[in-house]
Amino acid sequence: MATIENNLFDIRTMDTLASGNTGLHRLDPRAKLITTLIFIVMVVSLGKYEISMMIPFVIYPVAMVVGADLPVFYLLKKILIVSPFAVLIGIFNPLLDTQPLLEIGRVSLSGGWVSFFSILIRFALTVGAALVLICLTGFNGVCMALEKLKVPLPFVIQLLFLYRYLFVLIEEASRMIRARSLRSFDSGRMRFKVFVPLLGQLLLRTLDRAQRIHLAMLCRGFDGHIRVAKPMTFGQKEVIFILSWSCFFILARRYNLPVIFGSIIEGFF
Amino acid sequence: MSHHIVKADNLYYTYPDGTMGVNGISFTITHGESVALVGANGAGKSTLLLHLNGCLVSAKGEIRIGDYQLTPKTMKAARRSVGMVFQDPDDQLFMPTVFDDVAFGPMNLGLPEQEVKDRVILALETVGAAHLKNRPPYKLSGGEKRAVAIATILAASPDILVMDEPTSNLDPLSRKRLISLLQTFEHTKIIATHDLDMALDVCERTIVLHKGEITADGPTLDIFNNEDLLLKSGLEKPLRMQEYKPILANLKKKTHHHDHDHNHHHHH
Amino acid sequence: MHMADALISPAVGGALWAASAGLIGYCSKKLRQDQDDRKIPLMGVIGAFIFAAQMINFTIPATGSSGHLGGGMILAILLGPHAAFLAMASVLTVQALFFADGGLLALGCNIFNLGFFPCFICYPLIYKLFVRGKASSGAIITGALVSAILGLQMGAFSVVLETFFSGISELPFAVFVALMLPIHLAIGLVEGITTAAVILFVWKSRPEIMMASPEPGRGYSIGKVLAGFAAAAVIVGGALSWFASSHPDGLEWAMFRTAGVEKFAAPEKGIHSSLSAIQEKTAFLPDYGFKTTESHPGEETAGAWPAVNPGTSVSGLVGGLLTLCLAVFIGFVIKRRKAART
Ligand SMILES: Nc1ncnc2c1ncn2[C@@H]1O[C@H](COP(=O)(O)OP(=O)(O)O)[C@@H](O)[C@H]1O
Ligand SMILES: [Mg+2]
Repeated sequence: MATIENNLFDIRTMDTLASGNTGLHRLDPRAKLITTLIFIVMVVSLGKYEISMMIPFVIYPVAMVVGADLPVFYLLKKILIVSPFAVLIGIFNPLLDTQPLLEIGRVSLSGGWVSFFSILIRFALTVGAALVLICLTGFNGVCMALEKLKVPLPFVIQLLFLYRYLFVLIEEASRMIRARSLRSFDSGRMRFKVFVPLLGQLLLRTLDRAQRIHLAMLCRGFDGHIRVAKPMTFGQKEVIFILSWSCFFILARRYNLPVIFGSIIEGFF
Repeated sequence: MSHHIVKADNLYYTYPDGTMGVNGISFTITHGESVALVGANGAGKSTLLLHLNGCLVSAKGEIRIGDYQLTPKTMKAARRSVGMVFQDPDDQLFMPTVFDDVAFGPMNLGLPEQEVKDRVILALETVGAAHLKNRPPYKLSGGEKRAVAIATILAASPDILVMDEPTSNLDPLSRKRLISLLQTFEHTKIIATHDLDMALDVCERTIVLHKGEITADGPTLDIFNNEDLLLKSGLEKPLRMQEYKPILANLKKKTHHHDHDHNHHHHH
Repeated sequence: MHMADALISPAVGGALWAASAGLIGYCSKKLRQDQDDRKIPLMGVIGAFIFAAQMINFTIPATGSSGHLGGGMILAILLGPHAAFLAMASVLTVQALFFADGGLLALGCNIFNLGFFPCFICYPLIYKLFVRGKASSGAIITGALVSAILGLQMGAFSVVLETFFSGISELPFAVFVALMLPIHLAIGLVEGITTAAVILFVWKSRPEIMMASPEPGRGYSIGKVLAGFAAAAVIVGGALSWFASSHPDGLEWAMFRTAGVEKFAAPEKGIHSSLSAIQEKTAFLPDYGFKTTESHPGEETAGAWPAVNPGTSVSGLVGGLLTLCLAVFIGFVIKRRKAART
């Protein structure tokens, strides 16, 4: 119960964030989508021991978060919450790969630990970038970008419908659960015997709703085609955005910026 | 403009699971008339409305919209002239934003882009929702959703407006606003409702439906004054036409109880 | 069992993206040919239902854990393979974007693992085997159970393969398989039971809905789908692997065509030794960090890989920390200036 409403709250929060009005928000969704994908590919293409090279990539999400006034702690918390699978798989690396790789003073760090941390950093970066994308663009914006980028229309429409009725259905589901928990005096746990008719009812209502929506569409001249195309402006700003970030990513991918930076600093002493 | 008439002749409909929807219904509604379709829950109001633009097809009998009979061939034209507002606006607002939703109908008519835009703006302004145009539907209040749902229909400029319980789930203020909006429309209107007060304000004619059959058809005031008829059809006089007896109720406890039970009974 | 960006290499991610994208294209085309426009709202709303349903948990007696409805099988039963695959793909896309389940690069893997097997293997080949023509409760239960379990086993195995070929996790193949399959046997059992129960509920209360449930569709051939998928995956995977192996860094090669990038010899190491050849092909070699200062050719033979260079490590660490500070500092300054302006 708590989770279902929290999830709805989460989606609503991100949706609200996406309706901001900063320059970054106004950028054509395609520019943000493409940049995010380049970012992710660049990050995951780094070797598994390349922690230091991953660090400059932090600049992109940080710049986006700051530039668009996104709430930092909210996003950090979201990244933390979803990491179990990566941690679960990654945690075996320190056990299995014990070759010393990094020495700092007397402490030596095994390759396993380094790759474990690299998995975590990768995780934070890629997940962070995806969250930033949705907070800057909104789901509908992403869908419009997909449509313009020639993703098959039935799939895009499917995404739009799903997102539209997500809110309706989650609310319907939580109303049903609330009604159940008001009437049942057990510990608030849902037994299978209750779970099945609850979901079954929800499914039946969903099917009825689909039918009504279809009627409503027919009544307005639906002929099997939905036109979602929206004018978008892919102008100079977008080109500059993609190009400059890509250049930065390539630079950070090509040269170990922190090492160069570190040796320059060391040169001073 | 005699072509805005709606004529139903002996409609029968049974749902696939065997539930009877409507059971032999006939009426004629002429151009510019406002007709309330009243009846208890399950009386068949929604079922009847769905026939008017071919969403459901009667087992026998026929429907005439304007000059021609409703057949699969004339369906498209009929849907252009009959605009249907569904009971749950969530079923009707399926596009990502209010603008897209209102534009859905005109786009399907194949109108040029600028005309679509003009119509959308005009329709939204008519219902007082122009400021909502870039919002997604899930971020609207109940009243706003209803207004936008009506705009989606107006944008296709139908001749006949068909509405299913337009005042359900509205707060008093939104309801009042909706009523004054409906009063400004010059379309032929067919409105299914339990809200007899609204019917009194908007419709000069009322058809009473009970268990899939018409039990009365006539001037709204006459019908609402016929308490026996209303009672038989599971309805109750509009609040405004009921006498208000606070002192009596307070003084005589028995009467009060009686009244209460009475009302309660009617609601179900 | 969502696959995560952090665990996959671009080659694996790219190959499965290609496979999933191909399937999405194929299903979209099929749906367009289908001309059943009822399905357009139906798929979306049922997708939303799956999304909401996955948030509702029931308590599994005597275990203290909880279970929820799975997606793929019930979608396939209600919608047929093509529409179900698109619906599943969209559920996973929304999850990837909003709940960071997996990630955008891993989305291809996830759509494939959780969509392809139930929709294109289990539903037509297994479920239909049990539930053919006239359905009965027994047939529905067995069909749903068997196909949900097998579907998840295939999906889980596919997660193992993808992780393994990515070479990021050190987990040995056999261990990972031994870990994943039993866990997913249990999950599959729960999914099968819930799927069967919900389908039965619908079937009992509204038989006419299940009657109208879709057949696999005309002109549908599993062989063609499989062949198409295999071809796409092999071509893309092969190309990317070749790219990765013949150029130490395929991406960089593509962008700069820089010559003279030397390749580290990768000594065999640990449990992965027999597999390192494959891994070498799939994982991009991390061979820069240690060249920017002086190179120490002697140290490569020391057995550590990549070579340990304390000097480089320290400067990397210092520089890394400083870069991080700088990033945060820049953010802070911009924020302050923005605040001052408003
Ligand atoms: N989709 C449906 N399937 C089966 N029976 C239905 C369906 N919709 C309505 N009914 C039944 O048809 C009758 C008339 O319903 P309806 O027209 O919705 O009444 P009203 O709108 O007046 O409340 C009711 O008994 C109702 O239960
Ligand atoms: Mg009704």
